[in-house]
Amino acid sequence: MSSIFQLMPEQASTLAPKVDQLYWFITGVTAFFGILVCVLVVYFAAKYRTDNPMAIGAPITGSIPLELAWSVIPFLISVVIFVWASQVFFDIYRPPDQTLNIYATGKRWMWKFQHLDGKAEINELHVPVGRPVKVTFTSEDVLHSLYFNSFRVKADAIPGRYSSVWFEATKLGDYHIFCAEYCGTRHSAMVGTVHVMEPAAYQAWLSGSGGGGTLASRGERLFSELACNTCHVTDGSGRGPSLHNKFGTQEQLANGSTVHIDESYVRESILTPQTKVVAGYQPVMPTFQGLVNEENVMALIEYVKSLQSSPGAAAANTAAVPPATVPAQENR
Amino acid sequence: MEMTLAPPRVDYLNVRHTVASWLLTKDHKRIGIMYLIVVSIAFFVGGVFASLIRMELATPAGDLVSADTYNKLFTMHGVAMVFFVLIPAVPAILGNFVLPLMLGAKDVAFPKINLLSWYVFVIGFLFTLYAMVTGGVDTGWTFYTPYSSRASSANVMMTGIGVFVTGFSSILTGLNFMVTIHRMRAPGLTWFRLPLFVWAVYATSLVQILGTPVIAITVLALAVERGLHFGIFDPALGGDPVLFQHLFWFYSHPAVYIMILPPMGAISEVIAAFSRKNIFGYSFVAFSSLAIAIFGFLVWAHHLFVAGISVYSALVFSFLTYAVAIPSAVKTFNWTATLYKGAIWLKAPMIWALAFLGLFLVGGLTGLFTAALGVDVHIHDTYFVVAHFHFIMVGGAIMGYFAGLHYWWPKMTGRMYSDIWAKVAAIIVFAGFNLTFGPQFILGYLGMPRRYHVYPEEFQVLNVLSSAGASILAVGYVLVAIYLIASLFKGELAGENPWHATGLEWKTQSPPLPHNFDVQPVVTEGAYEYSKREIKVV
Repeated sequence: MSSIFQLMPEQASTLAPKVDQLYWFITGVTAFFGILVCVLVVYFAAKYRTDNPMAIGAPITGSIPLELAWSVIPFLISVVIFVWASQVFFDIYRPPDQTLNIYATGKRWMWKFQHLDGKAEINELHVPVGRPVKVTFTSEDVLHSLYFNSFRVKADAIPGRYSSVWFEATKLGDYHIFCAEYCGTRHSAMVGTVHVMEPAAYQAWLSGSGGGGTLASRGERLFSELACNTCHVTDGSGRGPSLHNKFGTQEQLANGSTVHIDESYVRESILTPQTKVVAGYQPVMPTFQGLVNEENVMALIEYVKSLQSSPGAAAANTAAVPPATVPAQENR
Repeated sequence: MEMTLAPPRVDYLNVRHTVASWLLTKDHKRIGIMYLIVVSIAFFVGGVFASLIRMELATPAGDLVSADTYNKLFTMHGVAMVFFVLIPAVPAILGNFVLPLMLGAKDVAFPKINLLSWYVFVIGFLFTLYAMVTGGVDTGWTFYTPYSSRASSANVMMTGIGVFVTGFSSILTGLNFMVTIHRMRAPGLTWFRLPLFVWAVYATSLVQILGTPVIAITVLALAVERGLHFGIFDPALGGDPVLFQHLFWFYSHPAVYIMILPPMGAISEVIAAFSRKNIFGYSFVAFSSLAIAIFGFLVWAHHLFVAGISVYSALVFSFLTYAVAIPSAVKTFNWTATLYKGAIWLKAPMIWALAFLGLFLVGGLTGLFTAALGVDVHIHDTYFVVAHFHFIMVGGAIMGYFAGLHYWWPKMTGRMYSDIWAKVAAIIVFAGFNLTFGPQFILGYLGMPRRYHVYPEEFQVLNVLSSAGASILAVGYVLVAIYLIASLFKGELAGENPWHATGLEWKTQSPPLPHNFDVQPVVTEGAYEYSKREIKVV
């Protein structure tokens, strides 16, 4: 990831060439207009220069056609850039249907990455080449921003909600992870390395030491330790709704509105359960604020995600089989 | 030049000499000078912080100052420069001095409130200085929550009070100028005969009056959360941190136009004067100021493209950002066209103005990158943005301020500075500026995040170039201070109108009388009617 001097960052994701093409287009357009104006200014200043303080210029006051031309032409060019840039933005914003999911939390001053199979790493991230990866993350304290410059993606980590970035690495190697949102003393040390590996090497790394069960199984243990299972029983006869086959669906709320059950909703329901109560149930669930940290919330979410009876659902070996992805409606 | 000059017998400077006559003055010209002194101190303080930042960044390791000190340096650099230099520089110094003169008025509409504005400004500045010397502040000048409300242990409250108080100075000045422009124009000085500087100050006043209360509310809410633990922005208390960003930028983006519109107005004056021509497209330049002021309120969320706003609001704000770029482009084209077939007299103010054009052009055009959603995700919070806004705020606002200061300096002091040294300084500043901030565009696109105390080694070459440029820039600014101060003692007498310019401010002695004009001026023509002069094109 480092040569002594470079003008362009590494292109290491499928998004990077798209962003760079647009960058070069805008560079071309702005260079053209910048040079045009500079040349005109220097040319006019030289050509019409006089040392006679009594000289006066030609009586020109303006030109409506010219004013229109240099209002409309820049506007049209702006629209082209706007449309193109918005298309690239949609590509950055919308992950593909099938992604390898990884959770992360930012806290002063480190990034902790949590793989679904249970493996966790700090300030390092191992990902396979050629496979879309989606990182869902939040912050445990102040704002951070998860930034992969070689992949051209970043999003702020905001305490209290989930953000996500996705990328598909195209080149083996080690690349930077930066925190891009100022977060205090060691902001510039909140950096790390993403290792892009061959899929086989990635599998080998994943099955190496560590682990201790998948993230979903950790969530399952928490689910009973925190006694969630006393109310959220499978057949729906408990005081809380059944959580089976719920993730990714729409749910009717007590206040009449509907909610899409995604990571953010599950998180909110654990930490502030009174906010959006499902229709037909009493607001009796206590808050788990302070009882579960962000990483355990993620484990619980992964467990809820795994409660799918449809085939191919996110169950045990999620690293090898990509989890059935929900319609990507992240609360970014 | 054509006649023997004698210093005026009575002027606003020598009419009284006591300290009290300054501290209790209601004369807009003296108040302008008092702003000049305080803003220059703030510029020096902010400049020292900037120099230390660039020295630290000459090497990748954090070897000059500690991380906490570094964080305080860039925060205090931003606070000093934004709130105490860029926002007041042109309106409060040059605006105070020349606006009533341009209007043919004796003073502003509310001279006592004008003095109050200065005191409020100084009190705000003293609070901020106190915060700086008693431990500093480390939140970034943006004060983002929840870092500022919960995590930072630095002097956030004291700095917040400084910013809060200073805001009222800005509001009062805006109000004063707006009323002055409406009510105090000389007979015959219709709206479309006004100098474009007046239009620019008018548009700025609009933003100051409508925008500044929002930053006051925001800082107050931050203080309430930090001091009383009311949950407004901190999610741990039930608040929303992104709400702070919306409120903060609802003021702080329009504040960019408070900073840049008045220098744009000064540039229009200088370019017209030294081209001996009407400004090309007067009404387009005038209305573009208003358009910028109004559209400027509708683009704040382009600072939040990666902060979790919805994809559709991102689209809307990106589009509106392109819309606000058009009036700025229109101004630039009109300035360029004004040079065409002019009689261009390359005196120092014109050199500063042409340097402004070059740097503002880069600043404006690089805004097209940051407004482009797909590119902004990558360059947001990197050095690309740092370079972009320095080109606008320093390359644009400060260069425009210097162009205006060089233009009106003879009027303010009655003395000429060294033209040749002023040109040399303009060229040094232009070169130093480009070397400082040019490499930062590349650094930013490479991915170097802003506000980094230490950085990966591959970024060092560009950082060394940038630091080298900063030292050249510092030499340029020191040079300006030297020859301007020297001119007070050794400068040639300026006479009424050393630039042979149109405009009522040049139709009174230099320095002006305490009450500006002996006889009430009457206006019979537009602002830049050089072609109606007796002498024909040579």
